[in-house]
Amino acid sequence: MSYAKAQSKNVVWDWLTTVDHKKVGILYLAGGAFFFALGGIEAVLMRIQLMFPDLAIVQAQTFNELLTLHGTTMIFLAAMPLLFGFMNFIIPLQIGARDVAFPFLNALGFWLFFFGGLLLYVSLFTGGAPDAGWTAYVPLSSNSPGQGLDYYVLGLQVSGLGTLIGGINFLVTIINMRAPGMSMMRMPLFTWSSFVASMLILFAFPALTIGLLLLMLERLFGATYFAVDFGGNVIIWQHLFWIFGHPEVYILILPAFGIFSEVIPTFAKKRLFGYSAMVFATLIIGFLGFMVWAHHMFTVGMGPVANAIFAVATMAIAVPTGIKIFNWLLTLWGGRIQFTTANLFALGFLPSFVMGGVTGVMLATSAANYQFHDTYFVVAHFHYVIIGGVVLGIFAAAFYWWPKMFGYRLSETLGKWFFWLFLIGFHMTFFVQHFLGLMGMPRRVASFLPGQGLDAMNFISTLGAFLMSIAFIIFLIAIFASTKNRDNVQDPWDGRTLEWTVPTPVPEYNFAQTPLVRDLDPYWYEKHEGDGKIKAAEPLGEIHMPNATILPVTISAGLIVASFGFIYHILPLIIGGFIITFGAMFVRSVKEDHGYHIPVEDIKRDKEEGK
Amino acid sequence: MSSHQDPSAPLQGAPSKNTERKLKNETRTQLISFILMIFITSMAFISIGSDAVPNGFAIPFILMLAGVQVVLQLYFFMHMNEKGTGWINVMIWSGLFVAALTVGALMFLIGEVKY
Ligand code: HEM
Ligand SMILES: [Cu+2]
Repeated sequence: MSYAKAQSKNVVWDWLTTVDHKKVGILYLAGGAFFFALGGIEAVLMRIQLMFPDLAIVQAQTFNELLTLHGTTMIFLAAMPLLFGFMNFIIPLQIGARDVAFPFLNALGFWLFFFGGLLLYVSLFTGGAPDAGWTAYVPLSSNSPGQGLDYYVLGLQVSGLGTLIGGINFLVTIINMRAPGMSMMRMPLFTWSSFVASMLILFAFPALTIGLLLLMLERLFGATYFAVDFGGNVIIWQHLFWIFGHPEVYILILPAFGIFSEVIPTFAKKRLFGYSAMVFATLIIGFLGFMVWAHHMFTVGMGPVANAIFAVATMAIAVPTGIKIFNWLLTLWGGRIQFTTANLFALGFLPSFVMGGVTGVMLATSAANYQFHDTYFVVAHFHYVIIGGVVLGIFAAAFYWWPKMFGYRLSETLGKWFFWLFLIGFHMTFFVQHFLGLMGMPRRVASFLPGQGLDAMNFISTLGAFLMSIAFIIFLIAIFASTKNRDNVQDPWDGRTLEWTVPTPVPEYNFAQTPLVRDLDPYWYEKHEGDGKIKAAEPLGEIHMPNATILPVTISAGLIVASFGFIYHILPLIIGGFIITFGAMFVRSVKEDHGYHIPVEDIKRDKEEGK
Repeated sequence: MSSHQDPSAPLQGAPSKNTERKLKNETRTQLISFILMIFITSMAFISIGSDAVPNGFAIPFILMLAGVQVVLQLYFFMHMNEKGTGWINVMIWSGLFVAALTVGALMFLIGEVKY
């Protein structure tokens, strides 16, 4: 296909068929933001129900469904895809690549995630969403009536497949696609931490896949893995879930750590303190993340030796995490700190996340855990690490990379309002929950009784949630109100890494010539040691690009059709769905598709136009 | 089209002497490891199929053979012995290490005895 012909005709078709990592990244961001909004609405509904004692605004069953959807959505369908969005857009630019290693798989990963998420939400309209918590412990989940849990199992299975594919793609991209001179130890930390997070995906998601498969066989085909009266064992589910689940929380936090490691040096105007210690700490955290899963099960009755080992292993993670915190502080130390919105989010992250880490170590004390477990104390802990860490990271990334991604700078004034309201709202919501937990309020309850000293703090917590919602609305306003800031978008923050060297909007081939990397922070090096321009590693030449294709959408849609077949036991649907999926895979395998070439004249023209 | 080389296009022309030698070597190692694997598989089969070996020994024995088999497969059939596979080696071995630790610990944790 020629270049001119490859330029698309129709906007919707263009987005459905794109295999460009930048567009897939934006799709991930849009999909993630959509589910983030849904999860947020669910959260606010739950907080309204818990605003006063004995309320009955939503029924207990509805509350359980909201709770399950909220947790599942936020972890699988909001936080991870939003991070994937930034990873997709930024990693190839940071390592000087023209695309990811497998553009087709990249698009497939997105569509699997998105369709899987939609499948989960169909359950709302078919007689009840899943209601067994995001952890879906058996036998509650295996015996839950209705189809809700079936939607959970199949929705997560499909979207999990997408995540796994995405993770593998990032691994291969980072290992194989680096520009000349970009050795592993010159990679920006966002790329490094995404690399380690992708390893965690590769090794952790299979455990979830197996767990979900067993649960599916149990629910849909009468298997008895978890049925105690048939010699099954309910604890196996908890183990499988947490063997996946604990690495999962690190899959979320490591890319966020990476984002802060980009933002802080940029706005402190200093190189990252202790680069190699940061890389090493990331690897150690990734490894230890697999060794601690049973700290979620201290009260299950594993026995004292097992509890002690997992307690110590868990506390050990605080060491590399502490190294990172000190490195960020020392990066700031003596720097010329600019208080931009992106940097405010990074600065707000430091104390917030440390508080979450401290409660983590408290929870890891297995004896004390008998007191904390399944109370609001745990709820406070994980919201401090997830909102105080991951969500603040996502917002920092949004303000930091927005100009490169969308061609305009988000308003700093609105951004600062957003930051402060969000930070205050967040601490207001969750700080008091530590004490609610210590006073004995269990987590996952649909209501509480008056006169137990819980009223005031629950009320404060709900007010905080309102404040966070207002803050988020300000962010949405900022997105639409800032579109006129179109000047100074190529390198607005005096950046250090390669993504700031490409023009904005980024041409579809990213780099007209593959860059030559001469140091860590290559752009900064060229700005101060060279002539401010990145050297090219190759002469200007034709660029080979992959063709757009609708097959990823087809493959994913087939799996959704098959899922409905499984849920409602309709054999033709199962077979039909698989025919669509495997048929599309067959077409992909046998049809020759060599992509197309962008001629040199077009690249030259882009260059002259300063694009 | 253009002079641009398509990386997925089939190779043309006869291979060099060097390549030919390499290919020959590879064929030999492939054949040897293939025979070895058939041997290992039949050992596993015999140790279970005949009553000569007690079960208490046979099961760990075939597990061990399975381990050897996996390594041979990875290195000779799936080319993990070649140059430029450093990262692949690191990933596979750390993955096996993590998986072995996890499965081992899990076997202790879900048994009847509480530790
Ligand atoms: C210093 C680091 C950390 C330590 C020592 C730690 C420790 C713990 C422990 C012991 C629990 C179990 C509490 C219980 O159920 O009784 C827990 C729960 C949890 N942690 Fe952490 N944690 C740490 C960091 C993180 C991070 C970085 C995240 C996510 C980004 C995270 C997310 C969670 C979540 C989601 C739960 C609750 C899971 C559930 O029951 O639904 N933690 N943590
Ligand atoms: Cu954990």
